[in-house]
Amino acid sequence: MFRATLKSLLARKVRLILSGLAVVLGVMFVSGAFVLTDTLGRSFDSVFADGFSEIDVNVAAKPKVEVSEVQGEQTANPVPATVVDRVKQVPGVASATGIVNADGARVIGSNGKVVTSFGPPQLGENWTGESELLQLREGRGPQAEDEIVINKSLATAAKLQVGQKVGVLTAFESKKRDFTLVGILGYSGDRDSIGGVNEVFFTTPVAQRLMLGAPDAFSSITVRAADGVSDETLRDDVARTLGAQYEVKTGEQVAADAAASLKEGLSFFNKILLGFAAVALLVGTFLILNTFSIIVAQRTRELALMRAIGASGRQIIGSVVLEAIAVGLIASVLGLAAGIGVGALLAFLFGKLAGGLTLAGIGVPAAAVIGSFAVGLVITVVAALLPALRASRIPPIAAMQDVATPDRPLTKITVAGSVVTGIGAVLLFLGLSGNAGGQTLPTILGGVLFAFIGVALLTPLISRPVVSLLGAIFSWSVPGKLGRLNSGRNPRRTAITAAALMVGIALVTGVTVILDSAKGSISALADDTIKAELVISGVQGGPRPPSFDPGVLDRAKTLPGVQMVDGEYGDMAKLNGESTWVAASSDVASLRQIFGAKPTAGDIDRLSPTQMLVSSDTADSRGLSVGSTVNVQLTRGEARTYTVSGIYESSQLTNPVVLPVTAAKDFAIPQPIQGFIQLAPGTRVADVQPQVETLLADSPEVSVADRAEFIKQQTSQLDGLLTMIQILLALAIVIAVLGIINTLALSVLERTRELGLLRAIGLRRGQTMGMITVEAVVISVFGALLGVVVGSGLGAAVVEALKDEGITDLILPWGQMGVFLGLAAIIGVVAAVLPAVRAARINVLGAIAHD
Amino acid sequence: MTATVGQQAQAAARANDVWKVYGSGEAQVIALRGVSAEFERGHFTAIMGPSGSGKSTLMHCLAGLDSVTRGTVAIGETTVTGLGDSGLTKLRRDKVGFIFQQFNLLPTLTAKENILLPLSIAGRKPDPAWYDTVIDTVGLRDRLDHRPAQLSGGQQQRVACARALVSRPEVIFADEPTGNLDSRSGAEVLNFLRNSVREHNQTIVMVTHDPTAAAYADRVVFLADGQIVSELIEPTADTVLDTMKKLDTSAEVGN
Repeated sequence: MFRATLKSLLARKVRLILSGLAVVLGVMFVSGAFVLTDTLGRSFDSVFADGFSEIDVNVAAKPKVEVSEVQGEQTANPVPATVVDRVKQVPGVASATGIVNADGARVIGSNGKVVTSFGPPQLGENWTGESELLQLREGRGPQAEDEIVINKSLATAAKLQVGQKVGVLTAFESKKRDFTLVGILGYSGDRDSIGGVNEVFFTTPVAQRLMLGAPDAFSSITVRAADGVSDETLRDDVARTLGAQYEVKTGEQVAADAAASLKEGLSFFNKILLGFAAVALLVGTFLILNTFSIIVAQRTRELALMRAIGASGRQIIGSVVLEAIAVGLIASVLGLAAGIGVGALLAFLFGKLAGGLTLAGIGVPAAAVIGSFAVGLVITVVAALLPALRASRIPPIAAMQDVATPDRPLTKITVAGSVVTGIGAVLLFLGLSGNAGGQTLPTILGGVLFAFIGVALLTPLISRPVVSLLGAIFSWSVPGKLGRLNSGRNPRRTAITAAALMVGIALVTGVTVILDSAKGSISALADDTIKAELVISGVQGGPRPPSFDPGVLDRAKTLPGVQMVDGEYGDMAKLNGESTWVAASSDVASLRQIFGAKPTAGDIDRLSPTQMLVSSDTADSRGLSVGSTVNVQLTRGEARTYTVSGIYESSQLTNPVVLPVTAAKDFAIPQPIQGFIQLAPGTRVADVQPQVETLLADSPEVSVADRAEFIKQQTSQLDGLLTMIQILLALAIVIAVLGIINTLALSVLERTRELGLLRAIGLRRGQTMGMITVEAVVISVFGALLGVVVGSGLGAAVVEALKDEGITDLILPWGQMGVFLGLAAIIGVVAAVLPAVRAARINVLGAIAHD
Repeated sequence: MTATVGQQAQAAARANDVWKVYGSGEAQVIALRGVSAEFERGHFTAIMGPSGSGKSTLMHCLAGLDSVTRGTVAIGETTVTGLGDSGLTKLRRDKVGFIFQQFNLLPTLTAKENILLPLSIAGRKPDPAWYDTVIDTVGLRDRLDHRPAQLSGGQQQRVACARALVSRPEVIFADEPTGNLDSRSGAEVLNFLRNSVREHNQTIVMVTHDPTAAAYADRVVFLADGQIVSELIEPTADTVLDTMKKLDTSAEVGN
């Protein structure tokens, strides 16, 4: 029995490869995701281990506001210089060096543009001399106030040479300041950068002033232990001396902590990839289900024979499942291998993009292997279970007669489909209406899954009228008519083939509906509300948003035709101990005049240095009213108490909290990150824009755009996201195409005799191919049509649920949907090529005699 | 092995007032109308009749492949009627063998593997002596490693016969075993079936419409319109043909 199964498996290699391919692709995503995150994780580990290798013990002040990796970047709380001397007094300390090390040192390249790092920070530091890790490649260390040293990869990217004048923007000065490049450094092991980080070294006083905004302070203190003193002992001794307000860690701890926070970001990436794996596998399940159903149908006689000579129903199920296991196993192995390749490739690309991250060796974590096999095997076996069950019900008598498999009524499957679709709808409703009790995301995903399966079950019923309607287009020719009739011949098979395509198209359509609606709603709101003709902003290339010199705001105000200028600052702060995003406006009146905020209580047009404004949402959630006092701890400085002087209605364009502009000096980025300029009526935008551009000459990170352009810039991020999702979902569609090829190939095989007969009575080769192509096109357009409808429905449901979040306009991408349908027709034609050629080559005589 | 068993048990297969009705209402077809018959152990019985007489249906019911509408069917001491799927599976494993018109060999397995398939499905080892006897009787020893596609029709049918014999079933049901063979290969297969009855006390029930084939049997049962209408013991091709002619005439008169 076992042997018979394996032998029959080997006899149908091609078919099984086709169905296995779907599993291979799904598994590839799973293992690729794990390999990628593992490789990058270990690479970052080694980067940080290196970066902190010369630290035995590290002393830092506790941050005033804790910022998670998702919210942005942690800004260090400066350590006073006097602490260095106190540390030096601790027994066992060989040396203690104050280190300035902060993000925001942006070098202007020889092309006049700011060099970005695309992710890693751009550190500004104080020069403390060469070390084992840091080695000067050229020149010398900075000695004068206007001298700097930069690392080799930064010098290469900026096209700078020793001796040149270099413009640098620093954490506390977003206005260009000129330095002389006196040296270029590299790292041990002949590296030009560690993990793509750009580094600029100043003299200590300059670094303190420009990077920390505090003379006589450091970001941290690096302590080396005397011989014979362990890092841990020294850490405990230093900690005891300094007290609880300082964080004292060993170098290893610092490295591990830094790596851990980056890995948090990586795990998010991992989840996205696994999400796509799930989609690929869902579509793959349809394909496998279909393939096995067809194989079972084809082998009816063989299976009946097995039953007639004594095989039990269980043995038949066993043999089909065994086939599934074999296919799943092989596909998992191939998928794992492909995934390792893809993971390595992505890691390589990521490393390149991140400015030359030195990759640790490609590793295959146990999770990748276990995940691959579990997913590959389980999916294949589950998909094969239904066909196996059907196989076990084949009566032995079928071995003796040509039992025409009767077209079973669709009642049962329709009822099941309605129930499953209903469950999906209920889950979606619960999830989207926020009644899922904390399980919102799983509930919504479950709902989508059920909806897909339910619709797939209903597809045979839908397919009859729709397919005959679609096919009517081709009925003017005989081959077209035959093709149309053929595609309606086996509604179940047509349905499941189309359903696989439906899933991919539905997801793409759904995502497009949601993102287009979001984009449209935000654009419309911004367009209606923002009363500024010019906007100053830049494209964020790393963890730190672009900023500019606040002096620009004052000068812009004096330009003729300018009515109001507002610079926006932002920071994470603690309000009464709770983290929240706070903003500061250089001109508070802009809140009403530019952003259209409406007061609900108090006065929102002015702020004294001890007052604050809050949005109505913030007021409600924190129980604030006009006159309430709030303790505010910003990134820098001491906590202060502010009094709520006004409350404005929350909208998409307002911040939760507005502080007076005097508070901005204690923000992590004490410079404006966006500027809004309102012109006097009758002033031409084109007259003012060039003048603002001139003002921004020393702030090359930002530029000035008119409102339409600004809105486009803001929503262009969504375009990028949409493109990425579409590319990844295209994979699901590719798998579905495999399904169509598979179904057609089998149809051709099954109808060999019939095709031979048609050819014998005069159907030409071309007509035969036309007939097959029509069948394919009808199936694939049907699938795409279903996908577009289901996807629009899902997308509309999500948009409806997000109404309160500000997505008010439902935008259906008609153009895109048309493209999908056109694409489906092309897919059909492509999928038909091989089966059609095969059908056309059928030997007429052999086919008629075919048993 | 049968000397001490009573008359009742000597029948390898038995049908008792078997009715088989397909469909309902206007589309109703009555395939069998109260057929009662016994098929003796160690005998070669042929069932004959014109197309649509119900001969294949009778065999399917006897073999437990199809359910009966009324009446009972038994094989050996087992009552087939009313058996569930597992009971039927066990019956097919232990007591019944099949030979088909289309040979129905698995194209992916060699001749030997095809022959041993029923045993391997049942998880049993072949009795080596009996296996050798079967192989020698069908004369396939030098063809055992060939695939069905590499064998002639006659050889394929002999493989199928060997497959039916190897598990020593109580009854072998043969459905037009020579229908797809030329007369020489057909004669070979029929000779071989007759020998297995004579020499090894095998019981065979064969459905055929070929008088020459029926002449190899010990007894021929004639069916028409779902009823047994006649019977011949020790038939010859001529007596079978005569009986058939009479049946045809009476059918025409009836119409």
